[in-house]
Amino acid sequence: MTLDPLILSRLQWAWVIGWHILLPAFTVGMASYIAVLEGLHFFSRNEVWLRISLFWTRIFAVAFGMGVVTGIVMPFQFGTNWSRFSDATANVLSPMLAYEDLMAFFLEASFLGVLLFGRRLVPRWAHFLSACMVALGTLMSSFWILAANSWMQTPAGYEVRDGRFFPVDWLAIVFNPSFPYRLAHNVTAFYITTGFVVLGVGATLVRRGTSIVEAQRMMLMALGFLAVFVPLQIFLGDLQGLNTREHQPAKLAAIEGRWQTAAPAPLTLFGIPNPAEQRMDDAIEIPWLGSLILTHSLDGRVQGLSDFPADQRPPVAPVFFAFRLMVAIGLAMAGIVALGWWLRRRGRLFETDWFLHLCQWSAPLGFVAVLAGWTVTEVGRQPWTVYGALRTANSVSPSLTGPDVVCSLLAYMIVYSAMYPAGYSVIARMVRQGCTGNEAPYPAIAARHPNTSFATQAE
Amino acid sequence: MGDASIDLVPIWTVIMAFGVFFYVLLDGFDLGVGILHGFARERDRDTVMNAIVPVWDGNETWLILGALALFAVFPLAFAIIIPAVYFPVLLMLLALVFRGVAFEFRFRQPHIAHLWSRGFCAGSAIATFAQGSVLGAFVQGFSVQDRAFVGSSWGWFTPFSVLTGIALMLGYGLLGAGWLIIKTEGELQAWARRAGRFCLGGVVVAIIAVSLWTPLADPTIAQRWFSLSNLILLAPVPILTAVIAWLAWRALAGWGGDAAAFLAAIGLFLMSYLGIAISLWPMIVPGHYTLWQAASSPGTQAFLLIGTLLLLPVILMYTAWSYWVFRGKVRGDGGYM
Repeated sequence: MTLDPLILSRLQWAWVIGWHILLPAFTVGMASYIAVLEGLHFFSRNEVWLRISLFWTRIFAVAFGMGVVTGIVMPFQFGTNWSRFSDATANVLSPMLAYEDLMAFFLEASFLGVLLFGRRLVPRWAHFLSACMVALGTLMSSFWILAANSWMQTPAGYEVRDGRFFPVDWLAIVFNPSFPYRLAHNVTAFYITTGFVVLGVGATLVRRGTSIVEAQRMMLMALGFLAVFVPLQIFLGDLQGLNTREHQPAKLAAIEGRWQTAAPAPLTLFGIPNPAEQRMDDAIEIPWLGSLILTHSLDGRVQGLSDFPADQRPPVAPVFFAFRLMVAIGLAMAGIVALGWWLRRRGRLFETDWFLHLCQWSAPLGFVAVLAGWTVTEVGRQPWTVYGALRTANSVSPSLTGPDVVCSLLAYMIVYSAMYPAGYSVIARMVRQGCTGNEAPYPAIAARHPNTSFATQAE
Repeated sequence: MGDASIDLVPIWTVIMAFGVFFYVLLDGFDLGVGILHGFARERDRDTVMNAIVPVWDGNETWLILGALALFAVFPLAFAIIIPAVYFPVLLMLLALVFRGVAFEFRFRQPHIAHLWSRGFCAGSAIATFAQGSVLGAFVQGFSVQDRAFVGSSWGWFTPFSVLTGIALMLGYGLLGAGWLIIKTEGELQAWARRAGRFCLGGVVVAIIAVSLWTPLADPTIAQRWFSLSNLILLAPVPILTAVIAWLAWRALAGWGGDAAAFLAAIGLFLMSYLGIAISLWPMIVPGHYTLWQAASSPGTQAFLLIGTLLLLPVILMYTAWSYWVFRGKVRGDGGYM
């Protein structure tokens, strides 16, 4: 087998984005949660909120720092490995990425310093404002990066000259057909991911008997939040499915595992994709349900992959299985939240050890669902980088050789494999320490500020 | 969209130049502090790190801005230069990753703090070297065909790019020493002054070496520098550089207050930066494309310019505010333990 720089570059992209996205998946929601906690403390002056906020802020700092450095890697990937793509799409795509930096990254980075280390250096309102600005920054960032991503999925507002894209209508470019749905679905996914982490960590602390008051509040907050957002997400996911059917029918066919067009179409619960025979082996199907879900009518037509030329079909298996994983997690989440509410109504939420255990184990569920969803949407976009307009094969840097990319991919693998476990163990240690009420453990600015323990000083 | 009759390229060139220079100064001093961290005494290391903890990720945000502005405004240059410096970029990114997490982990994993210390220093040094060698490779130029880089991924590695890599390490070290003089006091400050003098010596040697090497290697640049009219016009550049270097030397010895050495280091960077700009103008891909040939569509430039002109001043304001919040001397006993 020859080393193909294209395949290797795709693997490298998947590797660096896959690890990177875990961090925003957590920090976007956590930034908002911290802003809420800071707000509760600001207005009520109740110290419990402060201790919860300090606890999460320390964890947030670690995740955010890792997010920054793995995020810096991303824009450079466009240049190093996808220079043809960059040359072709820059006119349209680049301002969205640049706006992400200008509107989001600077906001986050500057105000994060104040949020983490400036509590004693600025007035209370300015500190609360900083927390809000960090949260706002993460949402702005989601807005622009998903606008750019959505344009690659459902390009609009452009014209092509000499193989390069030129902007015609910026409003149509930014608010391209899949953008509103993707933005809503993604941000909700990030919020839910954070919600399950908070629920799981709260359960951990309750079980360990450390910081009980704070931990119980965390669990209740998370359960209340998730009771709204998990059902909302199922609704939003349905909307995005309808949008995909309209604009990316080949991707939808891969999601459904549908080779032959059918009306009415059954829903394939499970099966083994068989691309050679263009069918699903051992398929478990429910009649009419496919049409009902996808067209909201009993006999709606669902297009199959065989309708598309062979060189315009995405690979079926990863899309098909990743989608089912995502949906299964979504349903499991709904079940856990329902269980939690039922136990709470019966007043046994904090005493039911098996449920606390379950919450602990479901803490990483959101991350898995985010990665699965990411796989569905990005692998489903293949074989295009800009859907229907620019092929992945024509996007890669022409100067790269297979060994070049092997070197870089291995280097990324080694560094990330060292860094993520270290990050995890650092965060796990913080969790075990519980809500100590201490602030982030550096830096003291000498002379102007006495180095007193902050929780006592705040009141 | 976008009025093609207004040429936005000069405006964007100024913004880019400003952004890149700002990045070099800001991340320059914190990378420099990172390099010096490895040579500081063990008991000073917390203080050294605390001098940059609240500001480093904001500083690195300017790197993203630089990359994305290049992508947005001069995409052809982005698509040619970045793959040409594939490995230095890789080195820089990994080093920055390592160094960034070392900030967090060094304080949180005291049992292996010395490992993270070493990683912090090495990461800072490697990232700096990589940036310097990108600059060297950039000045030397790339082979280009059909709007793409066609050379080898190892073409960047030359004696000249190694020289510029080392030069930048010394330069950032100087900036870092200047920053530490502002942020520390007593023995540590005296140490920073000595470290700064060492770096300054190296920087002066490196500036002379690069200034001799560049015209010898590139006849076009030689012609530009040494034609009679230009010789007179450009003479202030080396003379000013020499004066600033002398001032920096005195400032490191204690003249002019705590900020003087940092300001002089900025002056040296400004002069070197001007020297490069004078040598290459108006090329953005040396030997192949001018700024105008590599520019994105006028509509793209206009769309981004509107927001940039609104946002950049705001960014500068709150960046300045966050520096203001963390003004003053820093110390090591920040209460971690």
